[in-house]
Amino acid sequence: MGVTVEEKNLEAALGDSVILTQVDKVIGWGRKYSFFLYPFITACCGMEFMSAAASRYDLDRFGAALPRFSPRQADLLFVVGTISHKQAPILNKVYNQMAEPKWVFAFGACVCSGGMYNNYATVQGIDTILPVDVYVPGCPPRPEIVIDGLVKLQELVANERSSKWPRGKAQYEPRVKR
Amino acid sequence: MGRLIDLCKQKLGGAVISAHEQHGDETVVIHKDAMLTALRWLRDDEATKFDFMMDLTAVDYFGTRPREERFEVVYHLFSLSHNHRLRVKMPVAESDPAVESAVTVWRAADWFEREVWDMYGIVFKGHPNMKRILLYEEFEGHPLRKDYNIRKRQPLIGPEN
Repeated sequence: MGVTVEEKNLEAALGDSVILTQVDKVIGWGRKYSFFLYPFITACCGMEFMSAAASRYDLDRFGAALPRFSPRQADLLFVVGTISHKQAPILNKVYNQMAEPKWVFAFGACVCSGGMYNNYATVQGIDTILPVDVYVPGCPPRPEIVIDGLVKLQELVANERSSKWPRGKAQYEPRVKR
Repeated sequence: MGRLIDLCKQKLGGAVISAHEQHGDETVVIHKDAMLTALRWLRDDEATKFDFMMDLTAVDYFGTRPREERFEVVYHLFSLSHNHRLRVKMPVAESDPAVESAVTVWRAADWFEREVWDMYGIVFKGHPNMKRILLYEEFEGHPLRKDYNIRKRQPLIGPEN
């Protein structure tokens, strides 16, 4: 739609005391700088996650520093490392336990596509079991590309419409209930 | 021939199928029926004293060896007091993939034997907890067998990709 002349005049008339915007934009702006991430770390990418999160690269600069070790307190699922078929139902349960709104960050080649493992044991990309918002390839990805992925996720979150939520449970159910 | 091979041949006689040495590392191949006795003797005898079972694994020689000796179970032994090593192998037939468990000799064998069962489908008789260790219970077959279909997928969730 864009801003109409009337709105512009209105904003000018109100001066510096009032900012006109949309509720979705304010909420998105707030959310993008306050990710509470849940690190689901299974393999060697975890080392690179640590270096991206620690002081030199410092994910805290982007408001995503505080890992929560309960999925119920987190809104950003960091899937870091190879996901095996045995692990997949657990990842599914963790995703379903998170409160909405929630986003999924696929960290590394294995999470994105299975990476170099195409065998009896390995899930060929977690997007076969849950929705993924950002894919960061690399084996492992360097912190720079992790930060790039995080900034891209911030852009996505900032421009989201509230009608996107709730997104509901992951698209698949485990075949066997445990 | 190496000292340990000579000792094994003296003590175990006909149970030793073959033996070889490479760069000072000695290997004996022992018959399945004599294995448990041999392992216990290797652990207890003053001259051998293998108090540390470092590794236990298996090999599938599918297509390269006759079916009566398709598998080979391999033990890697180390003696902390003598600082010497020995590799002990035993052929296992495809029709009867069952051997005696070494858990009573070395407790360390427990998880290794479960892994060999998981990956190769070799049963260890007398094992206290003979079930899969790495894969899930619903998994069918043993993936490191050479005749396990390399494209076969058995996911617990999601499509079969």
